[in-house]
Amino acid sequence: MTPLSTSRLRTTPVQAQPASDGTAIAPVLASTRVVDLDLVDPTTTGAVPAQRPAVPRWLQRLAGPVLLVLLWQVLSITGLFDPRTTPAPVTVLNTAAGVLGSGELQAHLQASLARVLLGLAIGTALGTVCALAAGLSRWGENLIDANMEVLHAVPKFAFLPVLIAWFGIGEEPKVALIALAVWISIYINTYSAIRNVDASLVEAARTFGVGRRELITSIILPGALPGFLVGLRLALTSAWLALIFAETVNAPAGLGRMMSDAREYFRIDVIFVLLGVYAGLGLLSLALVRFLEARLLGWRRAFDAA
Amino acid sequence: MRHEPAQSPHVLRGLAVEARNVTKAYGDRVVLNDFSLDMRPSEFVALLGRSGSGKSTFLRVLGALDGDVEGRVWVPRRRAIVFQEPRLMPWLSVLRNVTLGLPQTRAVKDHGLTTLAEVGLESRADAWPRTLSGGEAQRVALARAMVRDPHLLLLDEPFGALDALTRIRMHGLLRALYQRHRPAVLLVTHDVDEAILLADRILVLTDGRISLNAPVDLAAPRGLSDPRFGALRRRLLTELGVDAA
Ligand SMILES: Nc1ncnc2c1ncn2[C@@H]1O[C@H](COP(=O)(O)OP(=O)(O)OP(=O)(O)O)[C@@H](O)[C@H]1O
Ligand SMILES: [Mg+2]
Repeated sequence: MTPLSTSRLRTTPVQAQPASDGTAIAPVLASTRVVDLDLVDPTTTGAVPAQRPAVPRWLQRLAGPVLLVLLWQVLSITGLFDPRTTPAPVTVLNTAAGVLGSGELQAHLQASLARVLLGLAIGTALGTVCALAAGLSRWGENLIDANMEVLHAVPKFAFLPVLIAWFGIGEEPKVALIALAVWISIYINTYSAIRNVDASLVEAARTFGVGRRELITSIILPGALPGFLVGLRLALTSAWLALIFAETVNAPAGLGRMMSDAREYFRIDVIFVLLGVYAGLGLLSLALVRFLEARLLGWRRAFDAA
Repeated sequence: MRHEPAQSPHVLRGLAVEARNVTKAYGDRVVLNDFSLDMRPSEFVALLGRSGSGKSTFLRVLGALDGDVEGRVWVPRRRAIVFQEPRLMPWLSVLRNVTLGLPQTRAVKDHGLTTLAEVGLESRADAWPRTLSGGEAQRVALARAMVRDPHLLLLDEPFGALDALTRIRMHGLLRALYQRHRPAVLLVTHDVDEAILLADRILVLTDGRISLNAPVDLAAPRGLSDPRFGALRRRLLTELGVDAA
C-alpha cells in the first residue's frame, strides 16, 4: 500500500495487452479510469499537532501583547499619542521602576493584597458552608437559598453604603465588600454544582450501600468540585473588582489610594503602571485557579491525556 | 462476610426472589400488571421483552430503586446491580469504585484487587475510569457487583452498548463468574441469543405480565448449531412479535 504521507494515489488503467497470437485481450476491469483521490496524512493534518511546536505555546501567545506594546511605542515616538494622556511604554516602565525603587508600590500592593486575601478567605468559607448546608439538606435549602438568590440579584457594590454604615470607614467595610462578592460567587456555583451531581451516579452509589457520609465525601463533594472551582474563578475576578470599589472609600493605603492620588496629581503614567499591576494580579489569579484545576481535577483531564 | 445474610421466611422456603402480584403504574400507564416471579437461589433467569415493556421497571423494583409499587416482594439483602451504563464515579480510581460502599480496610482492598483480577483488570486498579474503554468500564461495573458476593445479581442490559466481539467475551466472563460465585441472576436483555446462551430459564414480558416462561435445557456448550437452540430462538422471537426467518 502507498504510504499515507504521499498525498496522491493514482490508479492506472489496466492496459489492454496484445496476446502472443496478436489478438487484443480486453481490460481486466470493465470500466477502468484514472481515480484521483485526494489523500492526506492524518498524523500531520489532525486537530492535534503530532510534534511539539518549535516555539513554546506561552511564548507564541506573548507575541500579541508584545507587538501591541511595540506599536504603542512607535506611535508615541512619532507623536501620534499625546504624552499627557497616553505615556509611552518606556515612560511607564521608568515610572514603574521609580515606584518600585521607592517601595511605594510594594506598600500599597501589600495593603490591597491583605484585604483581598482576608475577604477571599472569609467569603470562600461562608460560600462553601452555605452551599453545603443548602445543597445537602432540604431545611438548609429553605433557609438559605432564597436569601442568597435575593443577595445575588442586587449589584454587590450597592451594598457599600450599608457596609460603611455598619462597619465605619476603616478596614472592615472594605474586607466585607470583598467577602460579600466572593461569598455570592462561591455559593451560587457550588450550590448548583452540588444539586447537579449526576443523579444516576448517586442512585448507583446508594444501591452499593454507600451511606450518607460516604455519599457526601466520595460522590457529592468530588462531583461538585469542578463547579466550586468555576465559582472560585469568578470569585477572584469579583474580589479584585470589589477591591477597586472598596478602596475609593478613605483608604490610607492600597492600590486604589495610589490610583486616586495619581488621578489628583495628573500622574497618568502611574495610572498606567497600576493598570499593569491589576492586569498582572488578575492573570495570576487565573493561573492559580488553573493550577488548582490541574491538581484537583486530574480525573477529568485523564481522557484528554490518554 | 461483610453483610449479614438475609434471614427471611423466603430463605427457609428456598427462594432467592419472591415477587407476588406486583403492580406498578406511572400515572395512568400500568407498566407491571399483577406480575409474579419466583427465583431459586443460583438460578439464572433472563427477562426478555419489547422496548418499553417494563423490564427495567421490574429490575428496579427488585433493586429497591423504585418505591411506590403494589404487591409483595422479597429479595436477599445482599444484592448488586449492573446498569446498562457502567456508572463509575469518574473521580474515584477503578479500585475505589469497586470497593464503593464497603469499609476501606486492607482486606476489602485485597478482595477488590482479586475481583478486578477475575475480570482481567488488576493492572488498571489505579486508573481513572475515563481512561477505560467501554468494555473495560463495564467489566469494572461487573467487578463492583461481584465483590459484594451477592445472593442476587441484577443485570440491566449490561452488554447492550458493547460491540459484538466484546459481548462474546463478556458472556464468557459472566458465565465464569456465575459458576464460581453462583448467585441468583436476573438478566434483562433484548438479545435472544444472549438469553438462550446464558440462562436456565427465559421469561418474556408482554403487557406487564409474563407471557412465556421457558426453561432452557440445552447441553453444556450451547451453540447455534444445536437444532433445539434454533427452535427455542424461533419460539422466543415469535413471542416477541418478530417474524423469525
Ligand atoms: N419515571 C417514569 N415516568 C413515567 N413513565 C415511565 C418512567 N419510567 C419508565 N416509564 C415507562 O414505563 C414503561 C416501561 O419502561 P422500562 O424502562 O421498564 O422499559 P424496558 O422494558 O426496560 O424498555 P427498554 O428495553 O427500552 O429498556 C415505558 O413505557 C416507559 O415509558
Ligand atoms: Mg430498560
